[in-house]
Amino acid sequence: MTSTTSTTPSNLTGSTRSAAAASLTAFKALLLRDLAVLEKNLGVFVARTLVQPFLLVFVFLYVFPKIGQGVGGGQGVSGESAFATVLVAGVVGLSIMFQGIQAVALPLANEFGYTKEIEDRVLAPLPVSLVAIGKVVAGAIQGLIAAVIVFPIAWVIHAKEIQVHLSVHWPILLTLIPIACIMTSSLGLVLGTRISPRNISVMFGFIVLPMTFLGGTYYPWTTLSAVKVGGFPWLQALVLINPLIYVTEGFRAALTTAGHMHLYVIYPVLLALCVLFLWAGIVGFRKRVLN
Amino acid sequence: MTDSTKMVGDHATVDGVIHCEQLTKRYPGDILAVDRLDLVVRRGEIFGLLGPNGAGKTTTVGMLTTLVIPTGGKAIVAGIDVVAHPALAKQVIGVVTQTNNLDRALTVWENLYYHGRFFGMSAKAARAAADELLVQFRLANRAKASVMDLSGGMAKRLMVARALMHHPSVLFLDEPTAGLDPQSRIALWEILRELHTHGQTILMTTHYMEEADSLCDRLAIMDHGHVLVIDTPKALKESVSADSIVTVSAAGDLDAFARVLQERVEGVTKSQRIASTVQLHVKGTNGVLPKVFAVAEQAGFNVTDLSVAEPTLETVFINLTGKDLRE
Repeated sequence: MTSTTSTTPSNLTGSTRSAAAASLTAFKALLLRDLAVLEKNLGVFVARTLVQPFLLVFVFLYVFPKIGQGVGGGQGVSGESAFATVLVAGVVGLSIMFQGIQAVALPLANEFGYTKEIEDRVLAPLPVSLVAIGKVVAGAIQGLIAAVIVFPIAWVIHAKEIQVHLSVHWPILLTLIPIACIMTSSLGLVLGTRISPRNISVMFGFIVLPMTFLGGTYYPWTTLSAVKVGGFPWLQALVLINPLIYVTEGFRAALTTAGHMHLYVIYPVLLALCVLFLWAGIVGFRKRVLN
Repeated sequence: MTDSTKMVGDHATVDGVIHCEQLTKRYPGDILAVDRLDLVVRRGEIFGLLGPNGAGKTTTVGMLTTLVIPTGGKAIVAGIDVVAHPALAKQVIGVVTQTNNLDRALTVWENLYYHGRFFGMSAKAARAAADELLVQFRLANRAKASVMDLSGGMAKRLMVARALMHHPSVLFLDEPTAGLDPQSRIALWEILRELHTHGQTILMTTHYMEEADSLCDRLAIMDHGHVLVIDTPKALKESVSADSIVTVSAAGDLDAFARVLQERVEGVTKSQRIASTVQLHVKGTNGVLPKVFAVAEQAGFNVTDLSVAEPTLETVFINLTGKDLRE
């Protein structure tokens, strides 16, 4: 114990930096911390990003055609190719959503619940809401990386006779990916601040799984109009509460020429969900951190 | 200790680093955790908050460190209104919480480095400060270890080091030595004393009377959200109107025994049963012990043990807050 502490008395009234300057520096440093942690765990990150899409694509686009299990309405190779095209958009959307949950919700639930390690970042010299936003930005960056990693899989892994008909609409793709990443990591913030670590399994069972299966991963939303009760396409209406549907439909619009939900619906809803989840997440974050 | 006493003397108001005025926290459900607290902590002193569980110590520290939002009153730390400008206030405080909240995704060294970066240090400055603090806190050989591999004492030292990275005006410590083994406790005390000689203002909460007595320049004893008394440990001990504390062990109805002793032994200012003993506050110790024996024999009590001690902080504490269990 020698010199560092001797300078303490100099840090008294007046020597503080402006709140804005300090906040900006702290915000950048928080991102730096999150990215450093990501880099450390890059192997695990990549593996965890790949495993689900790999399995989906492997089973549906390789195993199924090989064993003659019918997909795509049982119209043989052309049906299977059409299904492959549907699935690629779904898999990319799903991967981004899982990042939001794995990169934001799971760590936060732990940091709030057991370890309280979020406290040191909350005590950094910036408004608490910015700490929450920093989490979302870091999560969104991971979502972006995940999207980039996942694309090639869907392209590469499938049985020989299957053809994936992709036609990339770049303006849609390049705007959709960031919006989808921010929306899903904001959703991660909401879940991470509202769900206690004890209930993580409940979250997977009752939120993540239904979202996955009813999120347009395996089918285009437009085709759900065929599921009717008394002339009312109830399933098509019901899944509209699922945020994932707008992401997968968006990727369908961005990557294929197949039918999809109208872009006039997709963009406004995704942007509205960004605002809603971000707001709810920040409120939840402040509530968990401040008394 | 003498230096700081001298320093705080005349300039008490000028040198106040923490000012609380009527600081109040009422939790939902009408639980009044802290009730109109007035407190001034002077620059360079180690100030102790003492009190039973639920006295409001941690809530007070929480309000001063921006994590608990007061429902009334004012808190100024180093000239900054904590409630109005929390982000600004966070620049001038260092906080060591009771639980281990080290960043488990980072190594020992990285915990310091990134903390420095949060507070605006350049990469180079943060690196240098982290290296230096690890040496000072005898953690240098653990620099690359995961914080999960640290013992309780090492983790606490690292937390103190982390809180000092950005040279805070006030260092807050909530129960710093709770759960530490004796060696780690002594090591931490040495660190705090060293910081004190360099002029670091420290506000700490504690349950340990010995710790409060040996470390703190001044103490506030709190209970039920109020400060009961603020003074130096010495003055607090002198405030007990007794020169010595006589502890008598005996069998039988000790409450009755306590009454008998108070009535019949000269110089007893207070008498109370504490666990399976009777404690007497005595003025002028001469001849007290034989008298206690005599009275006990007359009243039919069999004294099994007898001891005399000077008043301790514990005496003061129990006097003020009572001996009932708090849960």
